[in-house]
Amino acid sequence: MEKTVGVLALQGGVADHALLLEQLGARVVLVKKPEQLTELDALVLPGGESTTIDRLSRILGLREPLIEAISAGLPTLGTCAGLIMLARSIADPAPGQQSLGLLDVEVGRNAFGSQVDSAETTLTWQDAAGSARPVRAAFIRAPRVISWGEKVEVAARYRGEVVGVRQENLLGISFHPELTGDTTVHEELLSLTER
Amino acid sequence: MSENKNSTENITGSPLVKRGLADMLVGGVIMDVVTPEQAKIAEDAGAVAVMALERVPADIRATGGVARMSDPDMIEGIIDAVSIPVMAKARIGHFVEAQVLEALKVDYIDESEVLSPADYVNHIDKHSFTVPFVCGATNLGEALRRITEGAAMIRSKGEAGTGDVSEATKHIRTIKSQIAELQALYATSPDLLYVKAKELAAPYDLVLEVAKTGKLPVVLFTAGGVATPADAALMMQLGADGVFVGSGIFKSGNPEARAKAIVKATAQFDDPLAVADASRGLGEAMVGINVADLPAPHRLAERGW
Repeated sequence: MEKTVGVLALQGGVADHALLLEQLGARVVLVKKPEQLTELDALVLPGGESTTIDRLSRILGLREPLIEAISAGLPTLGTCAGLIMLARSIADPAPGQQSLGLLDVEVGRNAFGSQVDSAETTLTWQDAAGSARPVRAAFIRAPRVISWGEKVEVAARYRGEVVGVRQENLLGISFHPELTGDTTVHEELLSLTER
Repeated sequence: MSENKNSTENITGSPLVKRGLADMLVGGVIMDVVTPEQAKIAEDAGAVAVMALERVPADIRATGGVARMSDPDMIEGIIDAVSIPVMAKARIGHFVEAQVLEALKVDYIDESEVLSPADYVNHIDKHSFTVPFVCGATNLGEALRRITEGAAMIRSKGEAGTGDVSEATKHIRTIKSQIAELQALYATSPDLLYVKAKELAAPYDLVLEVAKTGKLPVVLFTAGGVATPADAALMMQLGADGVFVGSGIFKSGNPEARAKAIVKATAQFDDPLAVADASRGLGEAMVGINVADLPAPHRLAERGW
């Protein structure tokens, strides 16, 4: 059965996620309005500027509907700024910056330095069954997971820091597989819709 | 998929990493700021990045003389003030200014016609840097030459410091229509693309790629004269991936409100009621200069080759 996957399209790297999901056979919806959330089998919160996405989600009335839909079990992948959006708390928020508070982690922004420190590499991804799989990843002014709760499983590390986690219906990653074209994490998101 | 999936080496400064940051700016507004306080206002308003410089283009125009890279203290003050990416401008061809900006760890360098050119023949060899570059262009050939030199992002030039959006409109329309023309040629008579590449003064491989994909291989923002929420929405409807606002915000009556309004209108560019809502009660826009009244030697868009 064809899956319908939303990509939150307020700002940021929307197009590459859409392309990757279509390659995996999904129908993609670019989500700009609350009512679009009801038709989804899964959701991606893309990278971008977390301060901008947070601000726009509140101005456009998407914050509460997002919390409601994801809390109700909608399988959701947050990448980079999307991970920051999902997090319980942000260690170093910009003034007034909020997160959705759904994934039980504390994140630190720009944890690996400025753009000259941004890099591509291959990581080891521990999939849900516990198998190690290589993932080609790009880190762009990436955040890290500083601490995490009991329900959270660590799935990937980079330079000694936690950069990939899963918690029930949620996947949070610091990096951008959509830029390298690696489908591993998106396949796991789609597999969550089978449950 | 990138080659070398087995390599766990960390590669910095690759085209993917440079273009990747621009991908993350899509749909956003990049604002010129001259102080840390302005940078904080821009961040709070939802800017995706700030451009740190000593004088906004309107003031460069008013002051005259040679415009150069900004003071490192000033740029560092802005880097320390905000968490969003910080860009800064180097003169066209001034690769040492670019080296200095890279050493200061700015996130993006704008090799900009708004400053006085340092080299009237060559642009900077941008491949030799780890930091990514954005460059201006008035047409597709110019954009492709900059990408060939290593630019990871293009902005249509417009006419900076005027508050007159007409040149920005012209440049984004020119680039978009030239791309559409290549696409049409690819569909009907691809053998004509060789001469097209010659006419555009751009490498054939890049021309072919644009003809096949119907877009630039990098993000395309627009700049130069955007002063209102409706201006920003116009640029987005014309196919820009995002907007630079230079003098338009901090030369207006109420910068906080105008910055927020332009961010909102850029995100909701295809919703006229939302743009109307964003346009209410903003006070005075920047005064502006009609580009038609500007003598040709004072037109910045003509710098760059």
